[in-house]
Amino acid sequence: MTEFFHMGGYAAFVWSAYGLLVVVVVWNVFSARALYRAAQAAARRRLAENVL
Amino acid sequence: MSTAVTSLPAVMALVFARECRLAFRRWSQLAQPVVFFLMVTTLFPLALSPEPALLRSIGPGVVWVAAVLASLLALESLFKTDWDDGTLEQWALSDQPLAMLLLAKVAAHWCLSGVPLALCAPVVGYALGLPMSALGTLMGALALGSAVLSLLGAVGAALTLGSRRGSVLLALMVLPLAMPVLIFGARATDLAMNGDAPDAGLWLLAAGLIAAISLVPLALGAAVRVSFE
Amino acid sequence: MTRLTWFYRLASPPTSYATAGRLLPWFAVPAFLLLAVGLYGGLVLAPKDYQQGDAFRIIYVHAPSAWLSLLGYSVLGVSAGIGLIWRMKLAHALAAAVAPIGASFTFLCLVTGALWGRPMWGAYWAWDARLTSELILLFMYLGYLALRSSYDDLQRADRASAVLALVGLVNVPIIHFSVNWWNSLHQGSTVLRAGGPAMPAAMLIPLLESFAGFTLLFAAIACIRLQAEILNRERRPTWWMDSAIKGVPHD
Repeated sequence: MTEFFHMGGYAAFVWSAYGLLVVVVVWNVFSARALYRAAQAAARRRLAENVL
Repeated sequence: MSTAVTSLPAVMALVFARECRLAFRRWSQLAQPVVFFLMVTTLFPLALSPEPALLRSIGPGVVWVAAVLASLLALESLFKTDWDDGTLEQWALSDQPLAMLLLAKVAAHWCLSGVPLALCAPVVGYALGLPMSALGTLMGALALGSAVLSLLGAVGAALTLGSRRGSVLLALMVLPLAMPVLIFGARATDLAMNGDAPDAGLWLLAAGLIAAISLVPLALGAAVRVSFE
Repeated sequence: MTRLTWFYRLASPPTSYATAGRLLPWFAVPAFLLLAVGLYGGLVLAPKDYQQGDAFRIIYVHAPSAWLSLLGYSVLGVSAGIGLIWRMKLAHALAAAVAPIGASFTFLCLVTGALWGRPMWGAYWAWDARLTSELILLFMYLGYLALRSSYDDLQRADRASAVLALVGLVNVPIIHFSVNWWNSLHQGSTVLRAGGPAMPAAMLIPLLESFAGFTLLFAAIACIRLQAEILNRERRPTWWMDSAIKGVPHD
């Protein structure tokens, strides 16, 4: 197991590459959902203004 | 019904002449890119060292980077006054194709900013220690390259017309697109400096110019029309 | 013309919004499954490379993100062109949706390339043709996003940035060629060349799974962003309110 995490001496490079992948994927998911939420809120506001 | 009494080439010539006349009324603006070009190239020997061998090896790159920046600077206000006073809108409403009128305008701009740069380049190249044999290539490559840069930069300048103009925005958009020009031009100069045949770079620049002349007017027309909406 | 009615129906905001929402789980679930399988395969099952040791395992992140960076710009450019020529809002919305995703994976590709370069070349950065092209591509994404954000009005931002994206799309092959030409004159190193056909199956299969997983993830995130962009382009999305009241879950 420690050998697996050791990555033949390249642990720092391999694990930081995979870690960055996780960061980028998480950023993508969260920023997309934040954009979606913001769009919904803005649409709700526009509809409320116009209903009258 | 079209009542155009003037043919397209004649109208383009008129646009070209108008641009030149306007530019010559503002001498200082015309000289600014050239002065900028000379100043930036002076920075490098001061920042690095006056050693001829070093200067010669970085010479082509310095001249090209300075030329790209200078032509970007000159493009910043290419369409601004014509857009503000409605000239561009009149062109769009006229019988003539907007794209071709814009092409004439860019051609005039190149004659007034690109050609002076190319003419100054041998002086700068000589000061940086480039051999005499490379100066002709430098000038030719810069003349071709600055034409492509004028065309690409004009698209960028047209796209920023209706936006909140940031001064860096144009550079951010145009510089990545201009990188092939920089590569071909600097490499041609570099090859000529080392006594190799620079043809490949020059032909590639010429091919790029032909592609730009045929495609850019379409993009220019579209970009200017967007700014009217 | 009648034959195209299905297309026009699909392109209408309510339909495209609902379609993106319906497609989302079909992209997202397999994406995460394939990513898990592919990355597990890459990290555990694949044998060490005989030359590069375990450092080659970075390929399972690096190569698919390079693919997504190009896929992203192609989708961006093509949909920008469609939006510009046929004045199609949906295409502009798609272009706006994929640009940040593509930029993020271009960034990932560059950083993993640097992390791979350090053990292989002894330096985080080398002016290798692929890495340099990728860097210019990142600059193009950033220019596009900068232009888009400089417009307050969404319609204008769409059309202006579409022109830039199209010019950029034409430029991508030229840039690629010029950078290769520049590099070939300078004897660049090309360690990052992915294994080629000689790659053994134990290495190749996780790579393919990873490629598929990345692509589906891209599609899934594009679906979420697309829904937001469609909604942002509607002045009065009453259809959206109706569907929300009817209880169709949208988040």
